[in-house]
Amino acid sequence: MADMLTVRVNGVVMCVPPGFTVLAALDRAGTRTCRTSVTGEPRGALCGMGICQECRVTIDGRSHERSCMTLCQDGMEIVTGD
Amino acid sequence: MADADVIVVGAGIIGAACAYFLTQAGARVVIVDPTAPGTVCTAACMGHLVVMDDSEAQFALTAYSCRLWTDLAARLPRPAEYEPRGTLWVASTREEMAIAEAKSAFYRARGVEAHVVTQGEMAALEPALDSSLPGGLWVPGDSVLYATNAARWLLDQSGTTVLREEVVAMGGGRATLDDGRDLEASVIVNAAGAAAPALTTGLPIEPRKGHLAITDRYPGVLTRQTLELGYLASAHGQATESVAFNIQPRATGQMLIGSSREFVGFAPGVNRAIVGKMLERAQRFVPCARDWHVIRIWTGFRPCTPDNLPLIGPAPGDATVWIAAGHEGLGITTSLATGRLLADRWAARDSAIDPVPFAVDRVAAGAHG
Amino acid sequence: MIEADVAVVGGGPAGIAAATVAAESGARVVLLDEGATLGGQIWRRDVLAAPKGSAAAWLDRLAASGAEVLSGWSVFDAEPRRLVGFRGIVRFHQVVIATGARERFLPFPGWTLPGVTGLGGLQAMVKSGCDVSDRRIVVGGSGPLAIAVAASLAERGAHVALVAEQASWVQIRPFLFAILREPRKFMQGLDYALALHPGVVRFGTWVVGAEGRDRVEAVRVTDGRRTWRERCDLLAVGYGLVPQTELAALLGCRVEEAVWVDREQRTTASGVFAAGEPTGIGGVECALIEGQIAGLAAVGREVDHLETERFRGLRFKDVLKTAFELRNELRHVPRPETIVCRCEDVRLVDLEPFVDRRTAKLVTRCGMGPCQGRVCGDSLEFLKKWGPNEVRPPLMPTSVGDLAR
Repeated sequence: MADMLTVRVNGVVMCVPPGFTVLAALDRAGTRTCRTSVTGEPRGALCGMGICQECRVTIDGRSHERSCMTLCQDGMEIVTGD
Repeated sequence: MADADVIVVGAGIIGAACAYFLTQAGARVVIVDPTAPGTVCTAACMGHLVVMDDSEAQFALTAYSCRLWTDLAARLPRPAEYEPRGTLWVASTREEMAIAEAKSAFYRARGVEAHVVTQGEMAALEPALDSSLPGGLWVPGDSVLYATNAARWLLDQSGTTVLREEVVAMGGGRATLDDGRDLEASVIVNAAGAAAPALTTGLPIEPRKGHLAITDRYPGVLTRQTLELGYLASAHGQATESVAFNIQPRATGQMLIGSSREFVGFAPGVNRAIVGKMLERAQRFVPCARDWHVIRIWTGFRPCTPDNLPLIGPAPGDATVWIAAGHEGLGITTSLATGRLLADRWAARDSAIDPVPFAVDRVAAGAHG
Repeated sequence: MIEADVAVVGGGPAGIAAATVAAESGARVVLLDEGATLGGQIWRRDVLAAPKGSAAAWLDRLAASGAEVLSGWSVFDAEPRRLVGFRGIVRFHQVVIATGARERFLPFPGWTLPGVTGLGGLQAMVKSGCDVSDRRIVVGGSGPLAIAVAASLAERGAHVALVAEQASWVQIRPFLFAILREPRKFMQGLDYALALHPGVVRFGTWVVGAEGRDRVEAVRVTDGRRTWRERCDLLAVGYGLVPQTELAALLGCRVEEAVWVDREQRTTASGVFAAGEPTGIGGVECALIEGQIAGLAAVGREVDHLETERFRGLRFKDVLKTAFELRNELRHVPRPETIVCRCEDVRLVDLEPFVDRRTAKLVTRCGMGPCQGRVCGDSLEFLKKWGPNEVRPPLMPTSVGDLAR
């Protein structure tokens, strides 16, 4: 397998193989909640294909990025709970 | 027996405000519109309640109407999203600071709080603005609201009967429905917005298309309605096509981005080129806007008159037809004053402001249904 | 600006087939795909495994065809002869719309809990790296996807506790007969069945609620007579597929649930073809045939030799539609306080005063959020028989920077 990538999920460093989505990184980190809904509910990924927008997280400071459609890149900073 | 004292044609915010004040004045009102209340032009508006200074008449109408909104504010329901955000007018060039000064003097002379702000002061007020912008004018008294739900609340409060029917003609104390039935009343109010000329011939109202874009939620990035001083040139000029920077932070944390103006008839499609220019301008004033996700873009048609003032009062040639239309981009702001002026006329009482500058016969000679 | 004789939108089976055959006949072809890797949903690349079977064969053929593939290329706007995407503009003479399908979700109490996913949704997540080994999973909903997904989850080490198919045994019989006539589909079905423990699949059974604090912990299911609880770590539910027709609608094609096409996969808009799920849900084989027809027709080639297979596909589409028709009881599963619009947290009860989608949206915010009403729109089409959403650009959330370009 190619070199692993290092990303940070809510400040915690972890390694994932190339090709993993940000959502997969969250899953491996045990984080099922991606965002907080407008009435304060925890929400996680639903459709897995970029439609439902439930898996939005903050990636490298950009909010509302779809974790299911974004591939992990080395050094990526991922923050959930937006 | 007549079907009502007054039939209001059009259930947008203008019609709703007319119904609200006319029922308060004791009239029995029926409102007729084939579409659900507040879902056409009203739903396409920004909902900026703003005191304007293009002319004395415009100032009088907007300032009076903003006072009426302020009086209602505490009673407006949450879904009306009323928020006293104020207006920050931004100069794009050093030269425009002179406009800010003049505007400030105008407002202050008429009792409206306004402060010229320097480059540094503006950066402190709204850090998201490009820090190289020279400054602007801060008018704290203005507000914003969500017009669809405000209009529906006005209608609910008035207890008016809403008929989901289409009026095809009006005049002589009658409104004729598309199935041929007539409704009778002593007054028919034409509050059909950009569609008003189809019901009352001779009204000089042109549809002026606008686009708005709304983003995902970015709470706190901007806190005031922020627009460029050049907006006035865009709004009050009669250019075929113009855009101006205008962003409204919504109660939801979303950013509502405007504005564009085009004379292209009733063509509802999104014009990508003009949206591009509009958003390019937004980015120029607020650099971080580049990364905001736009989730929806829509269009609407402002009812535009030649002198940028609405038509409020009887139609020339038919005293049973009253006009409440032609509010261009200020319909939400001036809806309450419009309704109030017509209610005063109904009750034969004096108005708080002079209604003459808005008289229909100033621009529409011999108009009737 | 990219110029193409034929632009193909969507990198699933239909798009791959269309781009391949069009390029093989010498046309300049561009295939635009939203995903990071080709395959669409059904052939989505598994990060931990190489493509196999017909997917691999078609990907090889595509690579040799000379078609230019642009991955990560979302189309957010279109006009005649022009597609506008995050990465620029593509000018084309002919376009093939192969935008696939999405899952239909129906609300039930607790469906907003993290850990409740779509069926295809969970499969996509697994293929992109999510781990389901040793998880206890309940699969629910309807359609051939349910069993396929359950089988692939089991293969990945998940414990599939239950597959609740809402359609009854009797209702899906025509589907089983259709499968029997197609050796490939039959063998595939057999594989799926063998991957699951006996008795795991229950027909005429549907999900009525999910429970849990911050994530799903259990699900309640019913067969109409008895309601019971199953503990689970994940709950994957999807009620069939919905054709993605938004791009076609924007290009002016006639759309009635699906994009209308003729025998050459031509839509009612000039120079616009559509293939695969946007023209009606039919699965991979159907998509491959329709994709080839669209690709050939787009470059002016004869398609008669594919006519028989196309008809077979159309018949299969009809079978699918009736075999997995959603039962009326599902309309009564959401409670008044159940959230329907997940973007804006609008509850079913909030929609009660309204008879049409547009007014409901403008007053309650239902469908006003970033999914642009896709999720609740599909639910409400079933729950309240409300008409389709208006389609306007941008077709998906698009940055100010991209729109300003």
